Amino acid sequence: MTLPPLKAAFGLLVLAAFAAAPFFLSSYDLSLTGRFLALSLTAMGLVLLWGEGGVLSLGQGVFFGLGGYALAMHLKLVGLETGEVMPDFMVWSNVKALPWWWAIFKNPLVAAAGVVLVPAATAAGFGWLVFRRRIGGVYFALITQALALAFATLLISQQAFTGGFNGLTNYKTLFGFNVNREGFSHAIYWATLAVVALAFLGGAALLKSRFGKLLRATRDNTNRVRFLGYDPTPIKIVAFTVAGMLAGLSGALFALHAGVISPALVGVVPSIEMVVWAAVGGRASLGGAIAGALLVNFAKDKISSVLPEFWLYVLGLIFILVVTVMPKGLAGMVPEFRLKPLRLPRRTPKAAT
Amino acid sequence: MDPAFLLGQVFNGLSVGSIYILAALGLALSFGLMRVINMAHGEIVMLGGYVAYLTIKAVPGPLGILAAMVAAFVVGGALGALLETTIVSRLADRPLDTLLATWGVSLIVQQGARDIFGATGVSVTAPPWLEGAVNIGPMTLPMSRLFIMLVAALSLTALAVLMKTSRIGLLVRAANQDRPTASAMGVSVRGVDLFVFALGSAVAGVAGVVLALLGPVTPTVGQSYIVTAFLVVILGGLGSITGTTIAAILIGLVSALAQVFTDVSFAQVITLLFVIAFLQFRPQGVVAIRSRALDD
Repeated sequence: MTLPPLKAAFGLLVLAAFAAAPFFLSSYDLSLTGRFLALSLTAMGLVLLWGEGGVLSLGQGVFFGLGGYALAMHLKLVGLETGEVMPDFMVWSNVKALPWWWAIFKNPLVAAAGVVLVPAATAAGFGWLVFRRRIGGVYFALITQALALAFATLLISQQAFTGGFNGLTNYKTLFGFNVNREGFSHAIYWATLAVVALAFLGGAALLKSRFGKLLRATRDNTNRVRFLGYDPTPIKIVAFTVAGMLAGLSGALFALHAGVISPALVGVVPSIEMVVWAAVGGRASLGGAIAGALLVNFAKDKISSVLPEFWLYVLGLIFILVVTVMPKGLAGMVPEFRLKPLRLPRRTPKAAT
Repeated sequence: MDPAFLLGQVFNGLSVGSIYILAALGLALSFGLMRVINMAHGEIVMLGGYVAYLTIKAVPGPLGILAAMVAAFVVGGALGALLETTIVSRLADRPLDTLLATWGVSLIVQQGARDIFGATGVSVTAPPWLEGAVNIGPMTLPMSRLFIMLVAALSLTALAVLMKTSRIGLLVRAANQDRPTASAMGVSVRGVDLFVFALGSAVAGVAGVVLALLGPVTPTVGQSYIVTAFLVVILGGLGSITGTTIAAILIGLVSALAQVFTDVSFAQVITLLFVIAFLQFRPQGVVAIRSRALDD
């Protein structure tokens, strides 16, 4: 038996500490924390997909990017000055009219829905194509990596519509609020924290459900799941879609915090880095994913601000060590708080006298 | 459409395909045997390029490139053996973890190359006999590209002969066909793994030398080819040399011909779509080993 009250108390304590962070962290550290909390959503998606489902995606950057760009397109459109009909980079590239698939994101509701639904639809479609042919394991990892490469290359090359290598940046307002005001950054921080907390609870509920059980069963023995009469294909598609949605949300929140979304954040290299967040925290632990995303990214920030070249050596070592020495990640080092079944001394029946 | 241009693209496709053959052969061999993919394979290709740069500096003259190929073969093989014994063999039965660990190796090697040789890249001067071009009808075929195709063809032939006629080839085929049985018959499957991995890495080193003929050697030159080489392995089927060859040429042709209609970035998307579409019809790849096993 786990100890739900103890766990819940610990969770609430952590949540309270994070919620109070704006009052004691410097604005720089707060902005980083918010940013990395946003990234932890992607890591949580990978816990569902990879840790619990056994499906490794090296292309989560694609969904991260789709979510990020969906929101960034909205921000660019609402930030236009009166008289401007399209963002400046389109004008420079001699685009004649705003394409329809840009125009629809002017509506805040479409943009908010797009942040989740565009990645979800992409993941579901791609997952259906691949999983129905029983393509998994290493094959799936490599195909998703090719997807990330194609996505990033496309973003860079279609500069007239995507902003090219620089991506979309320089946002002004969101829902009528000025994004550059101090109060806004606090609001965004708390909103991110709330989304992360909800995703954590939702993910935990999903893993506890029948679906979660089937997902783990598919990971451990796909054939046995088939023999028992279940179809593993929809299970994997759903896991991939949920992971995609979380990555999309993550990308959108990250774009708000960082003020930019660009191909450099979504390609092959960033996509595989996302996996290491989950791996460091513990691939099968939602809480670990949050811790891993924060830890790896803070380490990246601190190390690369001192010795920029050194970080890649560290990251390389993390990749190697986390799978060889501690495959369960940080979560594996936390002793499991389990109540041992209380052993009552066996009552020996007294011989009747 | 201009037929000469179209033929030229076919030639380009074949020559790019030859590069993919050299880059993917080693991957395919060890994937078929051990079910693992070495993400640092591209970095061995890259190091092969730097070995070419150093060797040609040390051995000037027309034969420098051949000396470079020998050197890159040896260095690639040694690195492969080192990687196999230190990391890959420890992660047997965990193919996804092998991906991540070898990716870590590739990051370190890339950064190492950047620190030693600089980020901008170095260029290898091709010997005079590789400059110039051959004119066949309306087409101009650069010598360097013809040379690459020749190297790919020779490597394939040598590998086929090795596998079909030598004793070690026999052991490799045995381990490939039925690992537990081969092991029970006294074949050292661990030794076979090591040999195949090192051999594949040695071929990757040679691939680096021929890549150095086409453009500057940069720390990321391997990575730019490797993602497509992974697709070649998937398309080829489980570690089959024939399948890998056909897949490499198919992918080379698809991406070269797609560039007739569109730009390079869309060609990349079309290549990926082609692979996914192909797998809809043949999820087991071009050449499949017939088997009654459930998972292969």
